[in-house]
Amino acid sequence: MQSFDKEFINIGYLDTLSYKQTLVHRLHPCTKLIVTFAFIVTVVSFPKYEIQGIMPFFLFPVFIISAGDIPVALILKKLLVVSPFVLFVGIFNPVLDTRIMYYVYGLEITGGWISFASITVKFILTVSSALLLVAVTSFPGICYALQRLGVPKIFIVQLLFLYRYIFVLAEETMRIVRARNMRSFGKRGKGIKSFTSLLGVLLVRSMERAESIYQAMCSRAFDGSIRLVNAFSLTLTDMIFAAITITAFIIFRRYDVAEMLGELLLT
Amino acid sequence: MHMSDALLSPVVGATFWAGSLGAVAYCASKLKQNIDEKLIPLMGILGAFIFAAQMINFTIPGTGSSGHIGGGMILAILLGPHAGFITIASVLIIQSLFFADGGILALGCNIWNLGIFPCFIVYPYIFKIFVQHERNARTVTIASVISVVMALQMGALSVVFETLLSGRSELPFVTFAAMMLPIHLAIGVVEGFITAGVINYVRTARPEVLENAMTSTPAVIGDSMNTFLLTIGLAALITGGGLSWFASTHPDGLEWSIEKVMGSPELSAPESGIHPGMKKLQEKAAVLPDYDFRTDEADQSISEDNWPAVNAGRSVSGIVGAFMVLGMIFLTGFVIKSFKNIKPKI
Repeated sequence: MQSFDKEFINIGYLDTLSYKQTLVHRLHPCTKLIVTFAFIVTVVSFPKYEIQGIMPFFLFPVFIISAGDIPVALILKKLLVVSPFVLFVGIFNPVLDTRIMYYVYGLEITGGWISFASITVKFILTVSSALLLVAVTSFPGICYALQRLGVPKIFIVQLLFLYRYIFVLAEETMRIVRARNMRSFGKRGKGIKSFTSLLGVLLVRSMERAESIYQAMCSRAFDGSIRLVNAFSLTLTDMIFAAITITAFIIFRRYDVAEMLGELLLT
Repeated sequence: MHMSDALLSPVVGATFWAGSLGAVAYCASKLKQNIDEKLIPLMGILGAFIFAAQMINFTIPGTGSSGHIGGGMILAILLGPHAGFITIASVLIIQSLFFADGGILALGCNIWNLGIFPCFIVYPYIFKIFVQHERNARTVTIASVISVVMALQMGALSVVFETLLSGRSELPFVTFAAMMLPIHLAIGVVEGFITAGVINYVRTARPEVLENAMTSTPAVIGDSMNTFLLTIGLAALITGGGLSWFASTHPDGLEWSIEKVMGSPELSAPESGIHPGMKKLQEKAAVLPDYDFRTDEADQSISEDNWPAVNAGRSVSGIVGAFMVLGMIFLTGFVIKSFKNIKPKI
């Protein structure tokens, strides 16, 4: 989360993407949520020193990207932005675990590098699948699915409110940032003190806005809950999609497809 | 400070998911009991405020680089523990989905690390105690700084524990903790003063907001203790269920995790009953003996120090296979994509 302005534009971009009409976009949000979760749990369940067995799992994000018409560059860019923490923690593995695990044509490969590579592969798969979920499912759709899966209603209402207000407040904040930039010189004027009072002003302004929104909603018969339109229905396509993907996950988890293919090729 | 999917094992991830879900359900029911409808838009807009606040960078004193705030403690103080927790959890969901901060499986851990500690430990036991008798600029500042520092330290320590329990990283506990805690101490002090400034601003501009949050949750100490016990209980219960579920789908991943957990003596008792059964299950579940042999060999060699010579031919076939699989997958992607591009012209 380095430069938030760009991140904010990306939320809007992901939001626009999620309203496309493709095969994966039309799937029921519940199906996509469950399949994505199953995917992540399966990928993460691979033991520490596994790399080749995870490879077949790239099929899932690649399928969603290509079938859902999602720009690859967007996903790759996001992956780069959030990678530092995982890479920082993972890079200690090669330093600390120096036992030699494989000899490949005289090249010694230590356990640390293998587990580091495994962490990196898992990172790419899990993060991209989470991003792809929102790229092919609208946020109200996800909230609807969460509600169907039993998440408390008040939490769903909170998510919907929050999502809506991010866009409202972001525009106001951009104005504030622009105003501060015009009045400050280089780093001068961007210190903690002015920042804190800016935040205070923004906060009080937000609270006033919340009150007027509340009054406006009350006069339009708000009773504490938002009703989500049931625009989705589980179809045969959903069943087939879920059955195929989850069976594939189980098969890829049980059998080392990469190893088998390699053996087939070499013998 | 967000925990990541790639560093987690499924068992640890599921446990914290269970704990966090339990806490969300508890807070939701608590809010429902004495619902103040005004609170709903306020929670929404304060969650959005955290995102907005992160858009504004500030110069970190002494370093010259710029940073942005986390803001969990501000929410806990302004909304009280229950509404604050729900709001923090919703902010983290948006972050995990749209910003790829953390991940979906790690969401449980992140809600726990950044929500439970500020709302149910630091707020009632530290912040409230400091401002109980008088609320002036000085006490609020002291209380805010200490609270933010404590909440961040607990969260950072929790990240270390989760990483350690998952066993994906080689970092020993002491080294990892020695890196995480000082960094978050510095972050905590800076964020603490910002939090203090914001809270003091609210105290003078809109004093009733703070009063509302303080009084909306009477007898907060006994209350939060119950929450805590409830969450722990729920987490334990669902982990039990989760364990048996993993047993059927991912035998060796689970066994591996349990072994890791068994390594620490405090946790050995509850898991020992499941362990032998699991082993049997794994033997039954292993359909392909060849594969089974392979993992057994790998597992044993990991636990032993002397590394046996690994069949070079095997590993080469694995690498070749991995590249083949990747190649085929990306080819499939291109085929689907070009197929889709052709379609409209026809």
